[in-house]
Amino acid sequence: MQVRLRRVLVLCTTWPLAACAGRQSALDPQGLQSQQIQYTLFIFLAVAAIVWIAVVIVLALGMLRRKRPADQPLDLHQPFEERTGRVILGLGIATAVVVIGLSIVSYAGQRTVFAKDANTLTLKIIGHQWWWEVRYEADSPHRSFVTANEIRIPTGQPVKVELESADVIHSFWVPSLTGKMDLITGQKNELQFTAKNAGIYRGQCAEFCGLQHANMAFAVIALPPDEFGQWRDRENQSANSPADQLGKQGEALFRARGCALCHNVSGTLAGGQLGPDLTHIGSRTTIAAGTLPNTSATLGGWIADPQHIKPGNLMPKMPLQSDELIAILHYLEQLK
Amino acid sequence: MSTAAEPNELRDDVLNGLQLSTQLEKVWRTPPGLVGALMAVDHKVVGRRYILTAFAFLLLGGILAILMRVQLAGPEKTFLSADKYNQIFTMHGSTMMFLFAVPVMEAFAVYLVPLMVGTRNIAFPRLNAFSYWIFLFGGCFLWISFLLNVGPDVGWFAYVPLSSLQYTPTKRPDVWAQMITFTEVAALAVAVEIIVTVFKLRAPGMTLDRIPLFVWAMLVTAFLVMFAMPSIMVASTSLILDRLVNTRFYDSSSGGHPLLWQHLFWFFGHPEVYIIFIPGAGMVSAILATFARRPVIGYPVVVLSLIAIGFLSFGLWVHHMFVTGLPQLGAGLFTASSMLIAVPSGLQIFCWLATLWDGRPVYRTPLLFVIGFIVIFVLGGLSGVMVASVPIDTQVHDTYFVVAHFHYALIGGAVFPLVGAVYYWFPKIAGRMLSERLGRWNFWLAFIGFNVAFFPMHILGLIGMPRRVYTYTADMDWAHLNLLSSGGALIFALSFALLLVNVIYSLRKSELAGDNPWNAATLEWATSSPPPPQNFDRIPIVKHRDPLWADSESLPVVAGLSAERREVLLTSLAEAEPQIREASPEPSIWPLLAAIATTIFFIGSIFTPWAVLWGTPPMAVTLIGWFWPAGSKEDEA
Repeated sequence: MQVRLRRVLVLCTTWPLAACAGRQSALDPQGLQSQQIQYTLFIFLAVAAIVWIAVVIVLALGMLRRKRPADQPLDLHQPFEERTGRVILGLGIATAVVVIGLSIVSYAGQRTVFAKDANTLTLKIIGHQWWWEVRYEADSPHRSFVTANEIRIPTGQPVKVELESADVIHSFWVPSLTGKMDLITGQKNELQFTAKNAGIYRGQCAEFCGLQHANMAFAVIALPPDEFGQWRDRENQSANSPADQLGKQGEALFRARGCALCHNVSGTLAGGQLGPDLTHIGSRTTIAAGTLPNTSATLGGWIADPQHIKPGNLMPKMPLQSDELIAILHYLEQLK
Repeated sequence: MSTAAEPNELRDDVLNGLQLSTQLEKVWRTPPGLVGALMAVDHKVVGRRYILTAFAFLLLGGILAILMRVQLAGPEKTFLSADKYNQIFTMHGSTMMFLFAVPVMEAFAVYLVPLMVGTRNIAFPRLNAFSYWIFLFGGCFLWISFLLNVGPDVGWFAYVPLSSLQYTPTKRPDVWAQMITFTEVAALAVAVEIIVTVFKLRAPGMTLDRIPLFVWAMLVTAFLVMFAMPSIMVASTSLILDRLVNTRFYDSSSGGHPLLWQHLFWFFGHPEVYIIFIPGAGMVSAILATFARRPVIGYPVVVLSLIAIGFLSFGLWVHHMFVTGLPQLGAGLFTASSMLIAVPSGLQIFCWLATLWDGRPVYRTPLLFVIGFIVIFVLGGLSGVMVASVPIDTQVHDTYFVVAHFHYALIGGAVFPLVGAVYYWFPKIAGRMLSERLGRWNFWLAFIGFNVAFFPMHILGLIGMPRRVYTYTADMDWAHLNLLSSGGALIFALSFALLLVNVIYSLRKSELAGDNPWNAATLEWATSSPPPPQNFDRIPIVKHRDPLWADSESLPVVAGLSAERREVLLTSLAEAEPQIREASPEPSIWPLLAAIATTIFFIGSIFTPWAVLWGTPPMAVTLIGWFWPAGSKEDEA
């Protein structure tokens, strides 16, 4: 599966320009909803362009036109005034007609974008300063699991995300798939979208949410349905037990040095609920809410001093010896 | 009310020209010296201060914009920290909206409206002085806080719960919220003065359909201020209460709701846009008529459009909230109501285009800025139509597309006309012409710089760049457009530097303006430049919508006003028929003292609720001083 994922990654980065620019772009729709929005956008854009060009042309012609010879401001030509009045009135009515037409186009688009499907995959997404908690909830508890900052979905199936906030207002936005929706304190919002093609689509918080608003990104990874099923099965499992001595040492330090107070690793004694769930941290593509790629170097740097990378985030800098750091890093990397 | 004055009172009908000028000047002048300056109630003195102060805040807000553009010129820059950046974008928005755009428009109205309607001072001149001091103190309060590192950092919109005590336990949001109180008090005061001045102090004969379009625009704006500002004052005051005395207006866990804030804020926030744009439209109409050398075509259409925009602007605030999970049909209706405003706005544009089409344009700097305005503002209006669509807005909301849109609408719709207005009215205010050569450079740098700075932002928003981010990663493909935008911003900034150079240079060296250098039609050009303290030696009588074009030799005038004390003529609302002679207040130090007492009260009350108790007696004292009846003279409002 790892190989497949890499293939998807390579595919994305080597696609023609449009696809690459489309990692987080409303102009490169990869979902049904973003496609519909783009249609509406293009209709509006066309009308706007025509109107603007027409205005500029009339302005230019008006400036170039040969004028009355004498400077007599009040020497007005009455028939011209009346004719102009009628033209202005006509243009006003035309404006109203265009506006009504565009309102209808907009509402039709809106109906499609916000249409509700029955057979959805439902996720709950909870915004935190400054990361995303992602809960896959199922009928039976053992089919439910929690992850963070990375959302995997099957292609072709409608996905419903239920949006809530743990603190301030955030906004969930994956432009390649659909428009945004706010996560509001004390309110439940929801959003539906369907990915047409497999790929990695970047999303980002779009409502100013404090100091590190700029570094609150996430990834939506759309997988073919069978691969998604496999991933989901894996994700349902508890964390891997460390395979070697260093890993075991890391697991112990993870608890002893306070990491477990905030972070959950399913199947172990680490059950903190404040920070992101780390049960399968080793298989995620990024860390710190899309701020950095997930490599040994970046993960190690993050654990050593999270405040340097993302000042103000709620993870404190823990005093760790370098061998302790290496052990914890080794442990986390095994949590595939 | 009316003056049963002493029988031997000196009236203007017994004095000849020069005697009358000297006598009225003595009566109406601002006392000399520092104390005299602090006592000033002359609308021209206060208006000039207001304009200069607002432009000083423009300079400060502009410097912040440049700092942001430096930070965003490339990915992962460390020029500004996240904390500084968040303070700076908050300060930029707050300064530009509350300390520059609204005040500068009101400032122009304070200076020009009394002249344009042909009276001697604004209504309630002491309130006017008070308004200026409150604005000045409020602005300084915000900026001093910023320099002391207590500048607000929650955005100019200060959404709860981020701005609540729980998530921002510093004084920063309080500073922001109280700055709102200062500026809104100032704005409301000016709104009242403008409405009364326009309704009651017009020169005889200036019927409703002879009011200059700029004055109409300021009248509509004043009503917008009166109805929109209370909403933000309620909002910001409840925020302070939530933070200071633990009320729960916005706390969803106790039955409040964060969306209440957004409704209150945008119920003010959207009319606010028109509070800024409508004066700009008024300036365009004034400049266009003068430089196209004919009256604006469709005067009633333009006036009714202004009023229609004013009404409609209160019915579309929800389009700022399309992604908060509102019912879909409701959101769709606000799409339609938002787009509807394109109809009156469009009608105005058509009238202006027709005026230019038929006119005999004289391409001086003010007209260049008006042409720039049309090109830019129409684009900003059309991107506004796009943003009004719910599906499109779900993509572009809170992205750089919106940043581009409202800078096109506001800089295009208000700042271009404003700079045009500076070139147009500077000769009246300063008595000297601005350099035309520098003016052309100013225009072209502004036009090119503006478009290079802001057009790329449309694309940035569509390719995914959200607003209010202090940094972005190198792999986001946003670097080139951001660099281009930053370059444009520098050119745009340069154009304002050039304006400053032009003003300083022209104040010393340039040619004298004379009364009516542009051969314009409205009454402010019927007096000397700069106008004397009494504005007009004799109050003109208006018989035509364009009085100076219709009666180019000499205007008919009113006789019989007092020449030994400050007196203005009240006229009826619709027909402007003379009603009574009314005393106009003398200079006074009390408005300044009242403003100081109010400032102490406002600032104290963000620290302790007890300030409400100990803060009010000094205010009461100053108000008693202010309204203390002075001998036999009339009520000095």
